[in-house]
Amino acid sequence: MKIPVMADEKAQGRDPELLFWVGCAGSFDQRVQKITKAFATILDKVGIHYAILGSEEMCTGDPVRRAGNEFMFQMMAYQNINLLNQYQVKKIVTACPHCFNTLKNEYPELGGNYEVIHHTQLLQSLIDEGKIVVNDSGPFKGKKITYHDSCYLGRSNNIYEAPRKVLEALDGELVEMKRCKKNGLCCGAGGAQMFKEEEKGDQRINLERSNEAIKTNASIIASACPFCNTMMTDGIKLNEKESEIEVMDIAELIAKSI
Amino acid sequence: MEILQQILFLVSIAVSIGLFYKKIKQIRRNIFLGQPELINDHYAKRWKNVLLLAFGQKKMFKNPTVAFLHLFVYLGFIIINIEILEIIIDGLTGSHRIFAPYIPALYSFLINSFEFLAASVIIVCLIFLIRRNILPILRFKSADLKGWPTKDANLILLVEIILMSLFLTMNAADSILQQANQEPYSLHKTSPFLISSYVSILFSGWPTHMLIILERICWWLHILGIFVFLNYLPWSKHLHILLAFPNAFYARLTPQGKLHNMHSVQQEVLYSFQPELAPTSSEAVSHIKFGAKDIPDLSWKNILDAYTCTECGRCSSACPANQTGKLLSPRKIMMNTRDRAEEIGKNIDKNGSFRDDSKSLLFDYIKEEELRACTTCNACVEACPVSINPLDIIIQLRRYLVMEQSSAPSEWTAMFTNVENNFAPWKFSPDNRINWTKESEG
Repeated sequence: MKIPVMADEKAQGRDPELLFWVGCAGSFDQRVQKITKAFATILDKVGIHYAILGSEEMCTGDPVRRAGNEFMFQMMAYQNINLLNQYQVKKIVTACPHCFNTLKNEYPELGGNYEVIHHTQLLQSLIDEGKIVVNDSGPFKGKKITYHDSCYLGRSNNIYEAPRKVLEALDGELVEMKRCKKNGLCCGAGGAQMFKEEEKGDQRINLERSNEAIKTNASIIASACPFCNTMMTDGIKLNEKESEIEVMDIAELIAKSI
Repeated sequence: MEILQQILFLVSIAVSIGLFYKKIKQIRRNIFLGQPELINDHYAKRWKNVLLLAFGQKKMFKNPTVAFLHLFVYLGFIIINIEILEIIIDGLTGSHRIFAPYIPALYSFLINSFEFLAASVIIVCLIFLIRRNILPILRFKSADLKGWPTKDANLILLVEIILMSLFLTMNAADSILQQANQEPYSLHKTSPFLISSYVSILFSGWPTHMLIILERICWWLHILGIFVFLNYLPWSKHLHILLAFPNAFYARLTPQGKLHNMHSVQQEVLYSFQPELAPTSSEAVSHIKFGAKDIPDLSWKNILDAYTCTECGRCSSACPANQTGKLLSPRKIMMNTRDRAEEIGKNIDKNGSFRDDSKSLLFDYIKEEELRACTTCNACVEACPVSINPLDIIIQLRRYLVMEQSSAPSEWTAMFTNVENNFAPWKFSPDNRINWTKESEG
């Protein structure tokens, strides 16, 4: 499978219909790279003409902005928007809710106007259109799955249904945690917490959340955010449940079922 | 005697409204100590929010039991106010139950409804007192509420119970006097009232003059109590009964995940990339403060939020940091903002204009550690029944810390450097961004 890069595509006179915004976690984090590859595999199988920015992509500025460094955010936004506009990008898909939120909600007033969708939304429409057909005897059939809402997808952008609709297609048993959807508990990574130690308290947030996931007796925790995935994986490990429970991105679950 | 009562009434209503007006003007001034922010779009959506969130109390219904209890107190508050209109006219003109002869059938129905609501308010306030003081509900036990806030909450419930009891006792005495053909009570006879007819059993053997005294005392204490309560509102968390409406109207309509853009910073960054666009030095603006350190740096909407807060604590009990024992409590952020706005207001009242008190919202009220614990998950914003946004204040204070004080945890400083030099929050070379694609090909 060859991953098309925007600069090459344009140089060869091609005009990809969709930009896959990989994000920093998706590019560099070894665990999250697997999610990126799974999603790229799906795009490739479905035959969507897409491209990535490759080494030209930069951090959207989400963590620096939320830490309070507006200067750095504006610098990243300025450079990314220039690049995206130069390539005349119209539609962007990303597997990171933080990149999604920034590209969709925060770039327009800085001059970056694109149709931005999250990968769970794309997966849902591909399933609805029949372009993705889940195997009848998929590996997750009958398995107990619980979905952990990402704050930047859920409360931030009101996307609760798309990830659940995709999971329903797996024919597993979907169970909800007590705190879900609008009341979902954060994994603890947002607001640039991913990049620092937690402040002192009684409990780590990811432990609190993974305990709640363990209580559902699910064998799979489905995530839709690279940071949630990391936090929940760590939480499961700290609970010594990694042999019983797997944390997987929705793209990985679909990639293994088609 | 009659005329004396009328004069006394006129004086008390004038004093009460005068004092209330003065305090509301101060609060309005305090709110507009904040930065101007033009909110004048999407009127249809805004009115819809007023209807659903403020009148309809939509978010309260996340917990239906509490929502219904609260609804009784709220309806009691609004509907019984129709009766206040009659009481005021009676007080000013010396009449007694002035509406009764004009709408006899409807009148009894109305008073009966008020009595039903008054009894409901008493029961619900008793339940709320138990919830607040006896049941183990964490958000009422929190350190945020130590001292005055707890007293304030209990006082509001007690006053409501007392006012409603006075109203029912007044009607009870009135009914007996009507039956005893005592004027002016018997001039317009009403049927026995729904609840107070049971209360009147308590006074069955009382002589007429004692009943008249009882009726007058209850009538006066009830209306004076309302005047005092009106003036207590602006000093109390209970102000939400008024401010919930404008706060719903002015609530942010953009997706919760979107942060407020800092136009000043955007311009500076634009000029650094395109110096030809920068104004020449003579046009250059003087230094603008980045982020917020104190009340005047916040938006007026943030301060309106603070005055609207009724300290219910739904935000803090939804906050992941607060639930796991971190110092952050979104409710405390709002309470601190209001307390500091009040402090600045008093300073202005005392000195004519603000005299530096070497204090600020950030540091003296809100500690860095609290701000550092926020995951920007928006659970507090989602939880608030009266459209308050604590996250907006947290982000502005964080901006001040980072951009004005260069104060950030060392890991964040390293992350900033990585983003600046490697365009990623981790220390990887931009060229390695495509390493995963090579493995995919392999």
